[in-house]
Amino acid sequence: MHLTLTVNGERHDAEGVAGTESLLYVLRQRLGLYGAKNACEQGQCGSCSVHLDGVLVCACLVPAPQAHGRSVETVEGLAGEDGPHPVQEAFLACGAVQCGFCTPGMLKAAEDLLRRCPDPGEAEIKDALAGNLCRCTGYRHILEAVRLAAARTRAPESRP
Amino acid sequence: MSAETETPRPMDFLLPERLDEALEAMAARAGTVPVAGGTDVMVRLGTGHERPAAAVDLTRIVCLSRWERTAGGIRLGATVPYTRIAGELAAPLPGLAAAARTVGSRQIRNRGTVGGALGTASPTGDVHPMLLACGAEVELVSVRGARRVPVRDFYTGPGRTVRAPDELIRAVRVPEAEGPQAYAKAGRRGAVVMATCSFAVALWPSRAWVGTGIGSAAPVPRPAPEAEQFVARELGELRLWQTRGPLPDDVLARFGELAAAATAPADDVRGSSAYRRHAVAVLARRTLGRVWDDYRAHRRTEGEPCT
Ligand code: FES
Ligand code: FES
Repeated sequence: MHLTLTVNGERHDAEGVAGTESLLYVLRQRLGLYGAKNACEQGQCGSCSVHLDGVLVCACLVPAPQAHGRSVETVEGLAGEDGPHPVQEAFLACGAVQCGFCTPGMLKAAEDLLRRCPDPGEAEIKDALAGNLCRCTGYRHILEAVRLAAARTRAPESRP
Repeated sequence: MSAETETPRPMDFLLPERLDEALEAMAARAGTVPVAGGTDVMVRLGTGHERPAAAVDLTRIVCLSRWERTAGGIRLGATVPYTRIAGELAAPLPGLAAAARTVGSRQIRNRGTVGGALGTASPTGDVHPMLLACGAEVELVSVRGARRVPVRDFYTGPGRTVRAPDELIRAVRVPEAEGPQAYAKAGRRGAVVMATCSFAVALWPSRAWVGTGIGSAAPVPRPAPEAEQFVARELGELRLWQTRGPLPDDVLARFGELAAAATAPADDVRGSSAYRRHAVAVLARRTLGRVWDDYRAHRRTEGEPCT
């Protein structure tokens, strides 16, 4: 089928998309957006997290045809004109990245949390990241980064 | 299937906006698979276990994505995702909202639906025990007409239900809570993993009834009828619905034993059958104790965090 979707504000078209393809496959293999990572393809690791019409989803579990006419936001869209997104800055500041494989999904999950809940408590942070698996860091620095990003988002003047 | 290396095989994917179009598609080709959140279907497609000729997207059909209050309770559209159930229905359906909060992860709850869980009918699904404990009814619809099936008669085997191949699950009707309800599950961690076993309990004071549901401890989600009858009898004889007196320990223990006796658990990677039987007894005793304490204190139970 023919697929039209908006990714990070830009319209994309793809031809000959099969019904069994996932949104993740379309993003990576057809549109060359390699930010969302492919690991389990079962919804268990969160490496492929993106927003679909503003809702955080595992792109590996979204049948590509369902994304027809819809709007997708990936990690590539996080940074703006004026530099990295606060969650990206916080991940760097806290050393929350080792191999980086989980990072795009973690950033999207953290961004999603701050959209919904600007002043998250510990339980809310853990719940928001519960679907994102990190193979390296042990999570401590990631949790710290989310706390820092939340604090900076609430008080932007404290940003570096 | 690795999305990086294999060309996916052809499968028609229909995107109807009206229910009657979806029903016609279901009737037109045997084995057409309805898809809402994709959280189960995409995994089955990915493992190559399922190779349907066609799939029908249900997420564009607005009437399936709404819930409404009816005389009998809440009529929950098949494609309302768990996040919305947890956020919007915690007052009328506290037990179902609590169960919805324990599903997978935020990403999964944003997409997964009760209609999908009923269609998949995995014995491990988190919402089945509470649907059983509430005496919910499933609305099925096809080009041939509509029917309602009590959820207790809905599951016929692992992954199998009374749904005919051309039928869609349109909604599930859940009576509004009259008293405390609780859901608890045992598992290796709180998020993402499937429950090793689970238990739901709901108090129905107007009918002097205690509803139950067991997950992951039999080929199908099932209630514990003997435990229900036993506790209803005890509460009646001791006049506890009226006095709101404490539930004796031996009644709680016996309730747990009868709940465990209602299981037919398997041995698998998540746990042995002996463990499951034991854990169901513990969860049953604990959840009934909790809802009863809340009933005595005129509180509603919001469910229990995962163990
Ligand atoms: S690749 Fe999608 S959740 Fe793991
Ligand atoms: S940094 Fe390596 S998986 Fe998280």
